[in-house]
Amino acid sequence: MSLLRNILAKLAETARLMVGQSSYPAYLAHMAACHPDAPVMDEKSFFRERQQARYQGKKGGRCC
Amino acid sequence: MFKSLVWGAIALLGAVALAMVARLHGEAVNALWVVVAAVCVYLIAYRFYATFIADKVLRLDPRRPTPAIAKADGLDFVATDRTVLFGHHFAAIAGAGPLVGPVLAAQMGYLPGMLWILAGVVLAGAVQDFMVLFISMRRDGRSLGELIRTHMGSVPGVIALFGTFLIMVIILAVLALIVVKALTNSPWGTFTIAATIPLALAMGAYSRWLRPGKIGEVSVLGFIGLMLALIYGRNVAESALLAPLFTFSAKQLCYILIGYGFLASVLPVWALLAPRDYLSTFLKIGAILALAIGIVITAPPLRMPQITAFASTGGPVWSGSLFPFLFITIACGAVSGFHALIASGTTPKLIANERDATFIGYGAMLAESMVAIMALVSASVIDPAVYFTMNSPAAVVGTTSASAAHAVSAMGFPVTAGTIDGVAHDVGETTIISRAGGAPTLAVGMAQIFSSLFGNKAMMAFWYHFAILFEALFILTAVDAGTRACRFMIQDLIGLAAPSFRNATGLVPSLSATLLCVAAWGFFLYQGVTDPLGGVNTLWPLFGISNQMLAAIALTLATVFLFQMKRQAYAWVSALPATWLLICTLYAGSLKVGSSDPAVGFLAHASRFQTALADGKLLGPAKSMADMQAIIFNDRVDAGLTLVFMLVVLSILAYGIRACLAARNGEQPMDEALVAS
Repeated sequence: MSLLRNILAKLAETARLMVGQSSYPAYLAHMAACHPDAPVMDEKSFFRERQQARYQGKKGGRCC
Repeated sequence: MFKSLVWGAIALLGAVALAMVARLHGEAVNALWVVVAAVCVYLIAYRFYATFIADKVLRLDPRRPTPAIAKADGLDFVATDRTVLFGHHFAAIAGAGPLVGPVLAAQMGYLPGMLWILAGVVLAGAVQDFMVLFISMRRDGRSLGELIRTHMGSVPGVIALFGTFLIMVIILAVLALIVVKALTNSPWGTFTIAATIPLALAMGAYSRWLRPGKIGEVSVLGFIGLMLALIYGRNVAESALLAPLFTFSAKQLCYILIGYGFLASVLPVWALLAPRDYLSTFLKIGAILALAIGIVITAPPLRMPQITAFASTGGPVWSGSLFPFLFITIACGAVSGFHALIASGTTPKLIANERDATFIGYGAMLAESMVAIMALVSASVIDPAVYFTMNSPAAVVGTTSASAAHAVSAMGFPVTAGTIDGVAHDVGETTIISRAGGAPTLAVGMAQIFSSLFGNKAMMAFWYHFAILFEALFILTAVDAGTRACRFMIQDLIGLAAPSFRNATGLVPSLSATLLCVAAWGFFLYQGVTDPLGGVNTLWPLFGISNQMLAAIALTLATVFLFQMKRQAYAWVSALPATWLLICTLYAGSLKVGSSDPAVGFLAHASRFQTALADGKLLGPAKSMADMQAIIFNDRVDAGLTLVFMLVVLSILAYGIRACLAARNGEQPMDEALVAS
């Protein structure tokens, strides 16, 4: 059961990264580990920040 | 011992499959042999050649922190699971390119295209992706332009930036042309594509205000909307009242796309671009997987001959002989310079361990190559007569099914007008004649595979429009995102002279740069749409030449890098494919400029029109003397552009050789920080 859940979670993570959304838990973990005192974006702001970053144009984007 | 037995068996199976595909007599070859041969080649290449590059040439170091570790920021630099990252990278590199090129190349038969796809990906394409990914990873995830500046100097850096901009313009024009070719006089297709705009806007509003971040949810809702649009598209096409509203000529579609491209790229990203990106990305991955399953289960026979007479002379789809034109017609799938931009984009910032770079860089390109093989199969399972009816320009086959049947039968592929009308009826279109550009042909092939998978021929029209929708959707997303990317490039380039132009938020710089970009690709799109030879004949070679030249530039960078690392003993790994690409593109470029055959050479074509103009005669499709002038002008622009591409690549080559020589004379590796501990 947990194997199936793992696979599904990985598929969801892959699908999100395909459209430019990196992992929010990974962001939280990074902030907690490296910048415990800095303000942390909530999930909504994180989503919008990533959305904006994907289409800024300088990142290579996608292929033809 | 056991392992070598397994690899021996794979090699044997691959050799048998290749022999089955290449045997010259006997009944039709089954598509499965093509798939098996390709998979065996990929496995062996990955196990042996990719490992060789990883261990001996690049010397990946699993203990060395990647940028995702050293510069972790939780946003751009995040250590990511290798399978997740593989999916991300694959989705970014696989687009319309691997689907269109092989379909166009099928005019020579499936064998030349197949062999080039396999040899190209193993020795050039995957090598380029892997090496650029590695270099960028060793350089904090810097972009291709920055890497060229760092390793070769600031002048080649600017030249490469300029070349990349021109390539973007051509790619956007050729992608838009594919959509125009697919939607001309097709109310069903036009309606479904048009419906994606309000659908995406609604999805944008939903994820902006109602449920931000719920991508899965909003994508499922959007997908349901898409399917409804697809199903009711048939009613629209059959309605006397609605059908005319969605029936457009090629020229009208051209203007609509240009206007759309401008508007879409100035809207905020959350409104239209991001939601449509979800739909097109997931639909693309789903359709590719479905096609793979469909080919394996239905195991269709290939009806296209292995090699047609057009291999040596050029054919109705595009002009010119196999060498060099096959090697620029199939870019994506074999080797694509555009991937160098992606391999130096977001992916290198997300790699958790250097060891993963083989799987992601080399492996994802092998997967894209498989997509190209499947596109080639799809184009080869349909009746070759139908293929040539769909892909020949009106100047060759006329516009009626009687004239097309006559012309295609004369090519050696007997067909009746009734068969042509029958296929058009099956896929729910009024005509299938002269729909070059890849997408419609691929759609017929996919429709045939899917409808035989479900054993229901009545569904063929649905599957055809599904395939058109999936391609047009991600092409429009690419046009939107590409116009934005192109705008930033223009701002960067002008910013070199006038720094205030770089201001990304200023209204005047951003609007004028967007306008400039849309005008640039719109010019080539219009030219392609009005081209008597169907547009693809002009634009696809330009795209192929520019894309392969970018690959040559990326491989030159990789060679310089190997010299600077004091690994010049292995420089052939990148130098050999770079040399091959230089030969193909420079030769093809010089033919496009200087060939005396008006179907191949731009200048010969211009002078044919010039002579007619001097005699006061009109040559089709020109309807007035002004049209004649415009065609001559377009030809000269195309010739000039080809020359510019050749100059760009030659100057990068010169800078590359200079950098290699300088590095060879140096005692120490150029940069200690670059050398693995």
